[in-house]
Amino acid sequence: MRRYVVGRLLLMIPTLVGVAVITFVVMRLVPGDIVALRYAGSNVPQDIIDKERALLGLDKPMVEQFLSWMGSLAHLDFGQSLWTGNSIMDEVWVRLPLTLELAVIASALAVVIAIPLGIVAAVKQDSWIDYAIRIFSVGGLAMPSFWIGIMLVLGTLTFFGWAPPLVYTSFFDDPVANLSQLVLPAISVGYRYSAVSMRMTRSTLLDVLREDYVRTARAKGLRDTIVVVRHALRNALLPVITVVSLEFAFLIGGLVVTEQVFNLNGIGKLLVDAVAHRDYPLIQALVLLLSAVFVLVNFAVDMLYVVLDPRIRYS
Amino acid sequence: MTAVSSDAEELARKRYLESTPRRRFVRFWREFIRRRPLGAFGLLLMIVMIFSAIFADRIAPYDPTALSFKDLLLPPSADHLMGTDNFGRDVFSRLVYGSRTALLLGFTSSIVGCTFGLALGIIGAYVGGLTDQLIQRLMDVLISFPLIVIAIAVVAALGTGEDKIGNVIAAITVPIIPRVARVVRSSALSVVQMPYIEAARSVGSGAVRIMFRHVAPNVFAPYLIMMTAFLGQAILLEASLSFLGLGVFEPTPSWGLMLRGAGMQFLERAPWLAIAPGVAISLAVFGFNLFGDSLRDALDPRLRTA
Repeated sequence: MRRYVVGRLLLMIPTLVGVAVITFVVMRLVPGDIVALRYAGSNVPQDIIDKERALLGLDKPMVEQFLSWMGSLAHLDFGQSLWTGNSIMDEVWVRLPLTLELAVIASALAVVIAIPLGIVAAVKQDSWIDYAIRIFSVGGLAMPSFWIGIMLVLGTLTFFGWAPPLVYTSFFDDPVANLSQLVLPAISVGYRYSAVSMRMTRSTLLDVLREDYVRTARAKGLRDTIVVVRHALRNALLPVITVVSLEFAFLIGGLVVTEQVFNLNGIGKLLVDAVAHRDYPLIQALVLLLSAVFVLVNFAVDMLYVVLDPRIRYS
Repeated sequence: MTAVSSDAEELARKRYLESTPRRRFVRFWREFIRRRPLGAFGLLLMIVMIFSAIFADRIAPYDPTALSFKDLLLPPSADHLMGTDNFGRDVFSRLVYGSRTALLLGFTSSIVGCTFGLALGIIGAYVGGLTDQLIQRLMDVLISFPLIVIAIAVVAALGTGEDKIGNVIAAITVPIIPRVARVVRSSALSVVQMPYIEAARSVGSGAVRIMFRHVAPNVFAPYLIMMTAFLGQAILLEASLSFLGLGVFEPTPSWGLMLRGAGMQFLERAPWLAIAPGVAISLAVFGFNLFGDSLRDALDPRLRTA
C-alpha cells in the first residue's frame, strides 16, 4: 500500500512537469514577447526595453529560461507580478482563503444535495419525484454558473430586496457576514457539481439495486433503508466519487467565472485581471497552480478509493 | 416456432436487401424520433437554433447593432419582444444574431477539436509503440488543465480583440482535443486488431490509407457522439469567455457578452437584459446535450461515460 502511494506520487511528477512545460510554451506563443507587447505603440527607447528583457531573463535561451523558472518554483518562488510589482506568492496568499472557502462550501453543498436526491430518484424510479429531480439535474448541466449567479442576485433583490455584501469579511471575524456573502456564489458554482453527481448516484444505484445481493438482503427481511444505505449505496459510491473528482475541473472553472459576477477578490478574479493587464508571469503562475490543484485532487481521490473500498488493493 | 422465426429472418433479410443507404438513413431517424422523444426534442431545439442562425437577417426585426438613443432600456413590448438594452438596441434581434456567433464558434471548435482528436487517437492506436506513448503522455498533460483555465491561457497568449475570433476558436479547441483523442484511441484499439485491417495491410495498403480509409469509418460513431457532446460544451465555454471579456468583442452580438456589462449593471432596472441571453444559452446547451445523449444511446450503448 505504501509502495503504491509513493509510486503514484512519483508518477505525478512527470505530469506536473508536463503541465509546467505546456504552460511555459503557451506563454511563449505571445507574438513578439511580453515586453514588446507591453510597450507596443509607446515611445519607450530600445535600451529600456532591452534592460527590462534582461531583468526578466528574456534575453537568455528558452531552455535556460525554463530551467531557472523551474528552479525558482522548487522553492515556491513564483516571481513578481508585472502589474503590481508584488511577489506573486503574496498576491495568491491574500486571495487563497476566499477561493478555498468558496470551493469547500460549493462542494459540500453539492454533495449534501446530490447524494440524497440521487438516492431518492433511484429508489422511486420513474415516479414524479424522479422526473423532477432529473429535470433539476439536466438544468444544472445546461445553465452557465455565472448566469445562475446573476439570476440568484436578481431573485433575492426582487423578492427580499437583499443583495450580498460587496466587502469581504473573514469567517473568523464575522461568520454571518462571511457566509451571507459566499452562499449565493457557492450555490451557483455548486449547482452543476451537484447535478452531475446526482445523475451518477442515480444511475449507478439503479444498477446496483438489481444485483443479487440486494435481493438477498431484502429476502432476509431487512428494512428498505438499511438495504439501500448499507448494502447498495456503499457499492454505488465509487463511480460517483470518480465523477466528483473529474468535475472538480469544472468547479475551478466555475469559480473563475463566478468570482467575477459577485465581484469576489479571489484567485479566479486574479487570473482574469492578470489577462486583462497582460501580466504574463502572473498568468503563468496561476495556470500552473490551478492545474496542479486539479492533479492533486485527482490523486487524493484515487487514494480515497482504497479507504472506501477494501476490495481495491493496489500493488 | 421455427417457422415464425425463419419468417422473421426472411423478412429482415428481404428488408435489408431492398434497403439503400438512403432508406436506412431515413429508417434510423424515424426510429430515433419515435423511440427517443427527448432526443427528438433536443434535435428540434438544434434545428430552431440553426434556422435562426441562417435566417437571422430575415427573422430579426431590427439591426442588432443599430443604436437608438430614444429607446433606451425599454421593457418587453409588441415592438421590442424582449425589450432594448442601454444603447437602445433590440434584445431579441441581438439574441437571434447571437445564435450565429454561438453556432459558428461552437461548430468550428468542436469539429476542429474532434477531428484533431480523431487523428491523434487513430495514429496512436495504429502506429503504437513510442509514438503512441508520446501522444498519450501529451494528452494526459493536456487533460490535467481545467477546461476554462487552459482556454484562458491560450486566449491570453494569442491575444484578444475585435478581429481575433480565430484565437477564441483556438482557445475552445485545445481542451477538446485530448478528451476526444482518449475515447477514439480506446475504440480504435479494437478496430486495429480486426482481420480486415490485416487484409488491407497484406494487399499492400499504406499506413495512412489504412488509418483513414479503414480505421476511421469504424470509429465514426464515438467521433460523432463526442462532437455533439462538445458542441454544448463549446457554446458554454464561448459564453463564459465572452462574459469574462476574453472572447468575442462588441459590436458582435454574443450571448455571453450580453450578460457582461449592461446585463449586470442594470440588473434591477432592466432584468430582461440578463434573463434573455441566459435562457438562450441554457436552451442551446440543453438541446445539444439531450440530442447528444440520445444519439449516444442509439449508436453505441457501451459508450456510457464519455
